[in-house]
Amino acid sequence: MSTTSALGGVVRRREDPALVTGTGLYVDDVKRTGMLHAAFVRSPYAHARITSIDADEARSMDGVKAVYTADDVRHLGSLPVQVPVGQARPLLADGTVKHMGEAVAMVVAATRTQAQDAADAVFVDYDALEAVVDLKDAASDRMKVHDGLDSNILVTWTTPFGADDETQAGLVDQIAAAKDRDDTVVVSLEMNNQRLLPTAIEPRSVVAEWNSGYEEMTLWSSSQMISAVAGAVGKVLGIPYNHVHAIAPEVGGGFGAKLNVYPDEILVPWAAKQLGKAVKYTENRREAAVSTIQGRGWIGTATITGTREGEVLAYELDAICDMGAYSQNFTVAIPFLGVFVGSGQYKFPTRLKLDCVTTHLQTTDAYRGAGRPEAIYYLERIMDAYSREIGMDSAAVRMKNFIPNEEFPGAMSPAGFAIDTGDYGTNLQAMLDLPEYSEMKAERDRLRSEGKLAGVGLSTYMEVCGFGPSGLVDLGFSWAEYGVPSAFNGSGLVRVNPDGTANVIIGTGPSGQGHKTTWSQIVSQQTGIEMDKIKVTYGDTKEAPVSIGSFGSRSAAVDGAAAFEAAGKVREKAAKVAAHLLEASEDDIRFEDGAAHVAGSPDKSISWEEIAKTAYQPHLLPEGMEGGMEAHAIFSPTNATWPFGTMACLVSVDSDTGDVKILRWVNVDDCGEVINPMIVDGQIHGGVAQGIGQALFEDAIYDGDGNLLTAGLIDYPMPTAADVPSYELHRTVTPTDVNPLGVKGVGEAGTIGSAQTLVNAVVDALAEKGVKHVDMPLRPKRVWQAMQDAQN
Amino acid sequence: MSLTVNGESVSADVEPRTLLVHFIRENLDLTGTHVGCETSYCGACTVLVDGKSVKSCTMLAVQAAGATVTTIEGLAEGDEMHALQEGFWERHGLQCGYCTPGMIMSAAGLLAENPSPTEDDIRHGIEGNLCRCTGYHNIVKAIDYAASKLRGETPAPAEWEVNA
Repeated sequence: MSTTSALGGVVRRREDPALVTGTGLYVDDVKRTGMLHAAFVRSPYAHARITSIDADEARSMDGVKAVYTADDVRHLGSLPVQVPVGQARPLLADGTVKHMGEAVAMVVAATRTQAQDAADAVFVDYDALEAVVDLKDAASDRMKVHDGLDSNILVTWTTPFGADDETQAGLVDQIAAAKDRDDTVVVSLEMNNQRLLPTAIEPRSVVAEWNSGYEEMTLWSSSQMISAVAGAVGKVLGIPYNHVHAIAPEVGGGFGAKLNVYPDEILVPWAAKQLGKAVKYTENRREAAVSTIQGRGWIGTATITGTREGEVLAYELDAICDMGAYSQNFTVAIPFLGVFVGSGQYKFPTRLKLDCVTTHLQTTDAYRGAGRPEAIYYLERIMDAYSREIGMDSAAVRMKNFIPNEEFPGAMSPAGFAIDTGDYGTNLQAMLDLPEYSEMKAERDRLRSEGKLAGVGLSTYMEVCGFGPSGLVDLGFSWAEYGVPSAFNGSGLVRVNPDGTANVIIGTGPSGQGHKTTWSQIVSQQTGIEMDKIKVTYGDTKEAPVSIGSFGSRSAAVDGAAAFEAAGKVREKAAKVAAHLLEASEDDIRFEDGAAHVAGSPDKSISWEEIAKTAYQPHLLPEGMEGGMEAHAIFSPTNATWPFGTMACLVSVDSDTGDVKILRWVNVDDCGEVINPMIVDGQIHGGVAQGIGQALFEDAIYDGDGNLLTAGLIDYPMPTAADVPSYELHRTVTPTDVNPLGVKGVGEAGTIGSAQTLVNAVVDALAEKGVKHVDMPLRPKRVWQAMQDAQN
Repeated sequence: MSLTVNGESVSADVEPRTLLVHFIRENLDLTGTHVGCETSYCGACTVLVDGKSVKSCTMLAVQAAGATVTTIEGLAEGDEMHALQEGFWERHGLQCGYCTPGMIMSAAGLLAENPSPTEDDIRHGIEGNLCRCTGYHNIVKAIDYAASKLRGETPAPAEWEVNA
């Protein structure tokens, strides 16, 4: 069997032997000689004035080395972010606290328990103040969250993106005219897309060590964007980028929550430099809930105006999006990602108005899907409600309103964006043609005939990912505050060593996505070097070129493409060397199974070992050829990528208890070309489960004073193995034309398509009871209550 | 206190409040056992204590005095992977790998009690272990693979054809 792999093959993951034997290295596993431990004192109030901090007792306790407050770190400035719209976060609360869990003081001690005990002995006096918690209240500006800001509304995103005032006004008039027509129906629902806790199973962790002789900071962090962490630490502490050695080893899940530079990632290295000792901080689960970013948090009203024949004349979404107290990495840009996909795969006039408001709650930022699950949720829920209202099959209504294939290439979405490629009708039809889909409907009808409540839900979805084009810098997405200004391009470096092995060094690093495997496949396919001779490394700023990291389903589409191009350059050079050694034409050289072969001459070949050995002996190379065998590529696509798909599921609902059971789940996804189907399916599985989690269980509940009531896993139920079904996955393949691999990205698709699929199914089940909508999460009590309310 | 960990006798003085998971990670440097919540909910710290799966953050280290503890590092015999480790690899039962050691040890406890679990048995058997990456689909298949192998049977075929 060949050990090289073409794209499109299942290869068992190369990262797994370490991870199944307990030998993989995560940040909390890092131990350094004399290492100290940090703990934080965190605010119990959502909004309060700090009147005094008494750390005398803490400082006198065993093992305590230092207690730091805002007075010690004010000179470092605020937390660097990427999109500086809103209030910057102080590294430690300075005079006031703006959300529960905000860090007020940092304690460093010899052991973790000593640090925690001392943190408990730091006495902070607070004057509690009223907190702005409700989103409509925040948007009203009744009370401002930050004195220095003009309004709690930080920005309002609208569609069509970039349209002038005249165009916007024209759209408003067009929608009003559609509503005035006699033959139209207007269907409207106010819906909540609740706040969530990302909840990677690995808590965030950071270790830092300063070497004063080398003037070098070594830093381990569980981060999705280690280059930015290195840049930010360097910028704040005044250390050049090449003297910050930042490492993200195994990252135990990210989902967007590790796509930030956090105060601890600055303060721990700062303390390490102050104290001349390595310092570690690992958040506990409660801290992960209150001080790591949260996701979602929209309330909005979606409205469709359309004919009784299923022609949608206008779609509107008017929403308030909760940004929380401080703006971090992307914060206000997250709803903007919803604007990108605001009109989904459809062609109808679309007007979104998303008010991004600040509140006295923890900051929101990217959580798997990031703005796109919210936007698609509203769109696909209201498409379902509209179809129900006019008595048409929702699949037929969707089919009728898709952007037609004739508009590709060059299709523009009504939201105002150019789409790379799409074939929406074929994808939806593939779902409708599946026996699984008919079986689900038949089973629903059978259950109903037995007097049970059952429903089938359907949703299509559109995603935008693979960021992206270098020109995004023009939209304000630069890395400037992190000290490493970089567009959203990808980078890859391929080096063939003198023994014929290859190193592939990439800037983006995984948190479970299997980059070692996928990148080995890409480079093996390009060069013919055998998979087991390729070593992929990432997450180490000493070795890797600057890259913005792993998020937004971008790694394969952007950094993968860069590695593909770098490997192509290596292959071109190797072909010249092989042609020289084999006395053949360069055009006839073919790489396969670890060797170069001459087309048409089966006896003529030379191994990669020989080619590599020769490459490092310049006197043996063709005249004028530079020695060595490596190439670096920076890849900037011309557009983002736009995956899409269809999901369907069958549910039953217990009419006595409101308990929802998922009986079957079927997808037809289209993420363009597929490199490793096993890994791609795995991404979909996990994404769907997170959407199920939002639809059925998860809810970051704050009380009226801004206290998070769900800061532990017992109060924040995530799906278990017993709560979810097996997933039946299918694909259509519509390659993108914006990268040479044809891949679009798949990390978030499962999450973007799933929550409303499930809610649509439950509403289908409850329709006979008169229920038109139930807000997520669909916990039994809420479903039961919806049935009672509809009956009364 | 003295106990046996992965076949070796271990003696140590520990603070009474030390949790077993911290003893395993900090005192014994066996960092394959992970901490996810310290509240006995996520299961990332699951080990075998006298053959039964236990969340090691739910026990004080001193409660394990005299016991036989097996962690992920001690599951395989020699260089060959245990059937569960092999199953997780073969059936893509892991992504980030953080919950994996606990998940595997929990599955080891399950298979010790029930060598022929149904899909439903597996799903309920690992209900106490949270995974945020996989959606559990392939974890269930991985455990089924291992159960078949341990019974001396050929595992059900994968959902895909493996090239390498």
